[in-house]
Amino acid sequence: MKQRGANILRSLDWPVFMLYTALVFLGWFNIHAAVFDDKYSSIFDFAARYGKQLVWIGVSYIIIILIMASNYRIYSVLSYFIYGGIIILLMAVLVVGTKTNGARSWFEIGNLKIQPAEFAKFATALALSKFMSAYDFNLNKLRDLIMSASIILLPAGLILLQPDMGSVLVYFSLIFVFYREGMTGMILLLVVLGIAVFVTTLQYELSVVIIGLVIVAGIWHCGMGRSLTETLIAWGIIIVLTTIFWVINHFALNDKFEFHFLIVAASLLLLPVALVYSYMKKNWTAVFVCGGLLLMFVYVFSVDFVFNNVMTDHQQTLIRVFLGLEVDPQGTGYNVEQSKIAIGSGGFAGKGYLQGTQTKYNFVPEQATDFIFCTVGEEWGFLGSTIVIGLFLTLILRIIYLAEKQRSVFSRIYGYCVASILFFHVAINVGMTIGLVPVIGIPLPFFSYGGSSLWSFTILLFIFVRMDASRDELL
Amino acid sequence: MNQTRYSNRKIIIGSIFSMILLIYVIKLFTIQVMDSSYKMSAESNVFRKVVDYPARGLVFDRNNKLLVYNESSYDLLVTPNHVEPFDTLDLCEILGVSVESFRKEFQKAEQYARYKESVIFKQITKHRYSHLQEKMYKFPGFDVQKRTARKYEYTGAAHVLGYVREADTAVINHNPYYKAGDYVGVTGIEKSYEEQLRGRKGLKIYVVDVKNRIQGSYKDGCYDTAAIVGENVTSTLDIDLQMYGEKLMQNKVGAIVAIEPATGEILALVSSPGYDPNLLVGSDMSINYPKLERDKFKPMYNRALLAMYPPGSTFKPINALIGLQEGVINVNSSFPCNGGFSIGSHVVKCHHAGSLDLVSAIQHSCNAWFCYEFTKIIGDKKYGRADSAYSNWRRRVQSFGLGKILNSDLSQEKRGIIYSKDYFNRFYGEGHWSAFTIISLSIGQGELSFTPLQIANACATIANRGYYYIPHIVKEIDGGNSIDQRFFEKQDTHIRKEYFDAVIEGMYQVCEMGTGRAARVPGIKVCGKTGTAQNPHGKDHSIFEAFAPMDNPKIAIAVYVENGGFGAQYAAPIAGLMMEKYLTDTITRKDVEIRMCNANLMDANAQMKN
Repeated sequence: MKQRGANILRSLDWPVFMLYTALVFLGWFNIHAAVFDDKYSSIFDFAARYGKQLVWIGVSYIIIILIMASNYRIYSVLSYFIYGGIIILLMAVLVVGTKTNGARSWFEIGNLKIQPAEFAKFATALALSKFMSAYDFNLNKLRDLIMSASIILLPAGLILLQPDMGSVLVYFSLIFVFYREGMTGMILLLVVLGIAVFVTTLQYELSVVIIGLVIVAGIWHCGMGRSLTETLIAWGIIIVLTTIFWVINHFALNDKFEFHFLIVAASLLLLPVALVYSYMKKNWTAVFVCGGLLLMFVYVFSVDFVFNNVMTDHQQTLIRVFLGLEVDPQGTGYNVEQSKIAIGSGGFAGKGYLQGTQTKYNFVPEQATDFIFCTVGEEWGFLGSTIVIGLFLTLILRIIYLAEKQRSVFSRIYGYCVASILFFHVAINVGMTIGLVPVIGIPLPFFSYGGSSLWSFTILLFIFVRMDASRDELL
Repeated sequence: MNQTRYSNRKIIIGSIFSMILLIYVIKLFTIQVMDSSYKMSAESNVFRKVVDYPARGLVFDRNNKLLVYNESSYDLLVTPNHVEPFDTLDLCEILGVSVESFRKEFQKAEQYARYKESVIFKQITKHRYSHLQEKMYKFPGFDVQKRTARKYEYTGAAHVLGYVREADTAVINHNPYYKAGDYVGVTGIEKSYEEQLRGRKGLKIYVVDVKNRIQGSYKDGCYDTAAIVGENVTSTLDIDLQMYGEKLMQNKVGAIVAIEPATGEILALVSSPGYDPNLLVGSDMSINYPKLERDKFKPMYNRALLAMYPPGSTFKPINALIGLQEGVINVNSSFPCNGGFSIGSHVVKCHHAGSLDLVSAIQHSCNAWFCYEFTKIIGDKKYGRADSAYSNWRRRVQSFGLGKILNSDLSQEKRGIIYSKDYFNRFYGEGHWSAFTIISLSIGQGELSFTPLQIANACATIANRGYYYIPHIVKEIDGGNSIDQRFFEKQDTHIRKEYFDAVIEGMYQVCEMGTGRAARVPGIKVCGKTGTAQNPHGKDHSIFEAFAPMDNPKIAIAVYVENGGFGAQYAAPIAGLMMEKYLTDTITRKDVEIRMCNANLMDANAQMKN
């Protein structure tokens, strides 16, 4: 027993543990700042949210100890049971749950409020990993594909009934797991690009979208197994051609064409280059990517055209409001505006701990939970925000790195589930506070106030850490 | 195996995650470091600047009688989001406004900011406020802010005191001190002593939360400034004399200016018709101002400072003095009258027989005498040509403060008309004009126009025997600040004192036995000069200038009665009554007083114009 404990400590991935600890405590300081009131000056006041959060953090460390002390095999063995249990809880909450903010998502047991949807994430991740790691699992078999998709869609559907749209969307982040396990990249690309291009086309100038697509196409080209040099050459050709076109356009044609047309024209000229090159190399990836890029251009112009010329004003407004683009001072637009004001007013180095006026005086809604990043932005400025984002990214990349080192397919898939879920939360949550993403109410992992969310992320992460600690034993 | 086959996908997934978060960092950089507008928005979110309005300074008259003070008035404020359903009609009745205009103002407030307080009705009177106060509990979301409104103790002296009104955009753009909602003096003392009277606004910066609830002072009030109450001002005005002058001028168009010669202090400044200054206070202003502006007698037009009349015969003593100083005549010079002065076929008419000396020429206002004298001044060989002599004469006239801006502390002033030689050179051709061409100037007609203030000042100059102090309306400012230094500087005419004795003797005779007998005050030696300003549009204007007592003068006065005919008819008796009132504080000639008060020249005037 003793020896095993010592082993665990030695094989525990300390970088992940330290990143976790840093994020949890940074979160706690920011919750303190967000709800800070001169009346309760003690940071250890357990009546206040930061006091409670400290208790949740304490419990989290107990959870970590319990997980680390447990046998790593039980997660694989019990995965379907855990999943089944959570599904029952998700059904139960629809019947006996407490209704808050129009959604029936909480169990109230005495003083304790538990949100089963939070715990459904790791349960689904476990079940999905179990199913996909099966020896005869093959993504190209329709039955397997449908089964694995169902594992995700069942809890997602139940959460949708609460309804809690934000938590539902989290499950779509698992598409990265499918991609890693062999799903064709086209699907991921089409889904991600389709959404991203649609949203950005409505939000940004066309030239920005076009440039973005050129960058993405280049990365995709690498992803298709081609060398980075080819991508860089292609980008170079586009830059040079665009510059030439710009000079002609500006000095000879009196700026007749808008900038995005110049990039499109440059990309068109790239196609014959790619054709010749591909013919010589007998590899048609470059043509494929270049053609795909041009198709995306067509898509962008269609979206732009349909939105601006086909849809009625009313339809446009509906879509804009849904995407959180419409400024609607009393609704979500107002929240985003106030959130941006709080973050924007932080400046480079921030206003300092407890000095944030926008969060302190409640201009930002949900400032301890969904909009906790505002406090980071306001009090710690660009420097602090970047550090926090950097910590998250480091953690996520570390998880991917560890996942790849797993010998067991189960733990590798589970690792990717953890990384995808964490990434989705960070991207949506932070993106929403700076107005890049529609307002979707999901917490910032480890930061946002709330026991359920903190514990569920802790469990999600440390089950993986536990598996990783025993990765050598598994052969 | 999967692991090897797809393991390069970790790079793609990692890159996608990194790229997206990199975009976030770029976006953060733009809103946090590049764009400063968010910082401004944050400030306007959190700071509530509450202006502490100081009370405006009081105005007293020279005998310390209170003229202008402040009365509490109230602004109705509203925070739209805190408003609950209420009886709109009831509130409108209390405020005395229509439901329609109330709705309009309320909508404006809503559009401005739902969580912020804004003023919807200004300057609610004390009377209305007492009703409102009882019912305020019925109107949640509404609040009252205490301000002050100007209150004028007397119904007169409106032109002297002036009025205040809310600073408009022109004022706000011109002077950064003023913000919307501030009051600023527009005319009279309110304007010229605006900086002393207004004091200094204070500012308190509070920190508010999202519901606009005050959370405390910003940085413990270290950026707050305290309001400084406006300074009190003591006017040179004698309010009793002023009100008496207005009473005498009732139903007449014209002006009176009375000055203390020894100091240049303005004792009374009447412009008739006037108006009750209380008409232009608070919410009544919007109703009364257009009415006053439409009035055909233009009660807001300050005739004492702005109306220019030919001085007529009141100008003769000045010409006599210039002639004496230039040496073209002496005190014993006589000129023949014989019923006029002829230039070719043109005759400046007069009605005396034989020769007159200087004293009797003034006493009888002999036109011919002054024509002769003027030809001597302009024909003076020592200046060579007529235009040089004219320039010299003009300079002398201006040394009496005539035809130039006196630079008093009254906010408006007209220069008057006395053309330079260039004007005549252009008009008649250089060297083609002489005294005869401009002979009307000798008797104060023609190309000559002065304001009542200028004539009163010129009269004070004669009373002082050769100098004046710039006329001014304020004596003292509380708080130890002296009035401007220029009011203590002697303005000298450089005309020898003994020449004045002869002219003053003539002016004394005017009131004893001449045209100005109506201005005589029993027991006091009054010196004066009548005048008639030719009026091409109707009956001539009656003018009188005077000072008294002859030795050690206490008051110099100019009275103008439009369409009053000869100076002796209205202006002289009114001047006499004014001087008696000021010097003795009693009126012995009650019959004259009654006659003057009852005289109504406005109806006649109106009929004539129709």
